[in-house]
Amino acid sequence: MTIDWSNFTPWSSLAGGIVLGIASALFVLMNGRILGISGIVGGLVKRRSGDTGWRIAFVLGLLAAPAAWSLFAPPAAARIDAGWLAVVAAGLLVGVGTRYGAGCTSGHGVCGLSRLSPRSLAATIAFMAAGFATVFIVRHLLAR
Amino acid sequence: MERVSEFLVGLLFGIGLILAGMTDPSKVIGFLDLAGAWDPSLALVMGGAILVGVFAFGVAKKRTTSMFGGAMQLPTSRDVDRRLIGGSVMFGAGWGLAGFCPGPALVSVGAGQSKAIVFTLAMLLGMVIFEMLERRRLALASAH
Repeated sequence: MTIDWSNFTPWSSLAGGIVLGIASALFVLMNGRILGISGIVGGLVKRRSGDTGWRIAFVLGLLAAPAAWSLFAPPAAARIDAGWLAVVAAGLLVGVGTRYGAGCTSGHGVCGLSRLSPRSLAATIAFMAAGFATVFIVRHLLAR
Repeated sequence: MERVSEFLVGLLFGIGLILAGMTDPSKVIGFLDLAGAWDPSLALVMGGAILVGVFAFGVAKKRTTSMFGGAMQLPTSRDVDRRLIGGSVMFGAGWGLAGFCPGPALVSVGAGQSKAIVFTLAMLLGMVIFEMLERRRLALASAH
């Protein structure tokens, strides 16, 4: 393993993490709910009446973030190397997987670990390991 | 008032994701690529978020109502089962394949990124497939 010092952004990533923590804290204290994106979006797909307003408000906030960001800073860099087919397959895996696994990076990785939940720790280890393995296969085994 | 707070928390969370570098799939893959040039930034994202989260959820656990007066809706399940692990492995594979998890994908939809839009549509389809499979499973279970 070598460290990619040229792309390492310790301060902005730590600061961004703290902002994510503050948002999760505000959400659980004000609304009494876990800030988990896959759960919030998954609940919209279910269409249970009376339970959609807060989900839509939250998602609209997420969608508005790049516009708010651009008021103060240049657009953030984003490079997607995956091809269209891989993007579709990835979306399907993330959609089905996060619903069976009952959470993603926010619900399990941030909120669950903060709650010291053994279930979220197991889920986080599982999706991290699968992420590491997938990148290893795609970048180092298939790319050769 | 509640809807405004949910929108603003979503907005704050989205800005945190951009600041942290999570909306750049190549940076996410750089973190998941242990065998290549490894970019540890995202470990600091999680660390920063949990640093704040531990205190917030410590307070939240002791409360019975949220600040808006609703009931606290914290997860109660403690089972580490095949659904949790299998789903999380699927999610991790999808995350490693494209570099998007649900939150950053939605923020990138807000930035108008075409691959993020396709990813998100596939993710929503995956969530619909999950609901269909769940409905069938429950119907089969009640028939027996």
